[in-house]
Amino acid sequence: MDIIVCIRRAPTTDARIKPAADGKNYDPAGVNYDISEYDKFAIEAGILLKEKHGGTVTILTLGPSAATKEMRTAIAMGCDAAHLLVSDANHDAWATAQALAEKIKTLPHDMVLFGWNSVDNQSSATGQMVAELLGLPSVSVAVALDVADGQATVDRLAAGGNRERYSVKLPAVVTCTKGLNKPRSANMKGIMAAKKTAVPETPANAPADGVSVVKLDPPPARPEGKIVGKGAEAAVVLAKLLREEAKVI
Amino acid sequence: MSDVLVFVEFSDGAATKAGLQALGAGSTLAKALGGKAIALVIGNNAGELGKHGADRVLVAGGDAVGSYSPDGFARIVAEHAKSTGAAAVLASATPMGKDFFARAAAIAKCGLAADCVELKVEGGKPRAVRPVFAGKALATVEAPGTLWATLRPNVFAEVSGGSDAAPETVPVTFGPGDLKAVVKEIVAGVKGKLDVAEAEIVVSGGRGLKDPAGEGKQNWANLEALAETLGAAIGASRAVVDAGWRGHGEQVGQTGKTVSPKLYIACGISGAIQHLAGMSGSKVIVAINKDDNAPIFKVADYGIVGTVEDVVPALTAALKETLGS
Ligand SMILES: Cc1cc2nc3c(=O)[nH]c(=O)nc-3n(C[C@H](O)[C@H](O)[C@H](O)COP(=O)(O)OP(=O)(O)OC[C@H]3O[C@@H](n4cnc5c(N)ncnc54)[C@H](O)[C@@H]3O)c2cc1C
Repeated sequence: MDIIVCIRRAPTTDARIKPAADGKNYDPAGVNYDISEYDKFAIEAGILLKEKHGGTVTILTLGPSAATKEMRTAIAMGCDAAHLLVSDANHDAWATAQALAEKIKTLPHDMVLFGWNSVDNQSSATGQMVAELLGLPSVSVAVALDVADGQATVDRLAAGGNRERYSVKLPAVVTCTKGLNKPRSANMKGIMAAKKTAVPETPANAPADGVSVVKLDPPPARPEGKIVGKGAEAAVVLAKLLREEAKVI
Repeated sequence: MSDVLVFVEFSDGAATKAGLQALGAGSTLAKALGGKAIALVIGNNAGELGKHGADRVLVAGGDAVGSYSPDGFARIVAEHAKSTGAAAVLASATPMGKDFFARAAAIAKCGLAADCVELKVEGGKPRAVRPVFAGKALATVEAPGTLWATLRPNVFAEVSGGSDAAPETVPVTFGPGDLKAVVKEIVAGVKGKLDVAEAEIVVSGGRGLKDPAGEGKQNWANLEALAETLGAAIGASRAVVDAGWRGHGEQVGQTGKTVSPKLYIACGISGAIQHLAGMSGSKVIVAINKDDNAPIFKVADYGIVGTVEDVVPALTAALKETLGS
């Protein structure tokens, strides 16, 4: 199986996010980066499919040159090859999808995997957009994935914890979430292999954004709260406040 | 280019709350743009959407859409976005909307403003405000052409009144055999269970409730009772989900669901930055924690310092009293 896993380099989730001087982007000062959380489940899913069916797992990223670090982490986990489409801009899902789809068209692919949502832009859209551009079926938010006879059976986490089951023809796009697997950590052999693996970089041919940011603001500050009291006795006071002051019940 | 097309989500033959909220938002936006709000329903029953702000109601039904299909639903919405020439195309940011609206926008060669919490008109154009980094920042976005957006549940108000628009049946231009992915079956879950991201009230449990298979058994039963009293959905911290105490669908936070209910009650949750990111947009936050230094108290409107063992059942009893009177 030829498997492509698209991963994103994103600020770690403990990062404090402040608008930059331009008022549109975030200030990168002091921000550390990692593979966007859900993409780790996509990497693991790709490796598991390879272990079961043979083939290769190729990592694809649109991002700055620094993203080769996250891509090498993915190779160290057990992926085989990687391509970086170099761009320093924070593209939206539509621009990202077009750049990725153009590259994927040139690579053999039976399965294209994504994380279901990025921890920064949070559009949960790129995978489905790539699928549309390539004319492929998509199943998002997968919690189970199995491939047999050119078909993928995928369970998707829908509203209220329901699981919807799909059976789609390969090639297909699947976006992955927690519960699908437990992403492995890299072992020493993988880390050595990753060091030796070339990560070719080509300038991204990313088109204009579909939606562009005109302004980035910090969230409104929450008004000062109050401690209602201690222990069980405070519950009666709280119930009254929720009804009479906050008017939410 | 001043009309607004709204995909109104249905479940079990009725418009969902989130769907009516999206229609309300669409109606308000259409008025500001000087156009009409056009509701689009996929299925066989359109309800009475004129009473909820729709100036026109389009219904696309038949065999091809008997079951949910992301590419099928996307095609229908994209076709009507084109035929109506809408300035904005909206849906709810529910698991369904999040799934297929990106495909629909891609057919229209447009981007998507996902999970928006505000819509406005500036310079004659629709703009949307959406949380990024799970609410650590708010981005105001615009599109060069049609603005495609999904709207976060519980943020926009439903509207009443409008028109007595009769449903207009619109043809579906493809058959079941043209679909790439279709739901085959629902394999697990409770029918009709409210999603934590759509609930008006969320009661969340953290590690402080302890293992439900061990000493925390009674705590989780107490939490369920509190949720039931309030008609709330249960949420959870990642610590709880990672321990396997609750399902991932209930995780609130930057790597879970971002929620904006009118009331969020955090029980035995410390308030790590990733958790706060996912729930700080709630209207009213209550925290119950035995540690008066827990960071959750910094975002809470009301806090009780105490153990979940003592406070949660006492709160359920007090609320029953208040709600009963
Ligand atoms: C990449 C990454 C992503 C993450 N994403 C998320 C996310 O999306 N959502 C999320 O929630 N977390 C996330 N986390 C984890 C986060 O950092 C915290 O570890 C987690 O939120 C802690 O969960 P908790 O508050 O339940 O547990 P703890 O931090 O252990 O807090 C337990 C709290 O319970 C209180 N307590 C204990 N016993 C009692 C009692 N008897 N009565 C009352 N109070 C009691 C304690 O005082 C404490 O404040 C993420 C972490 C990483 C690294």
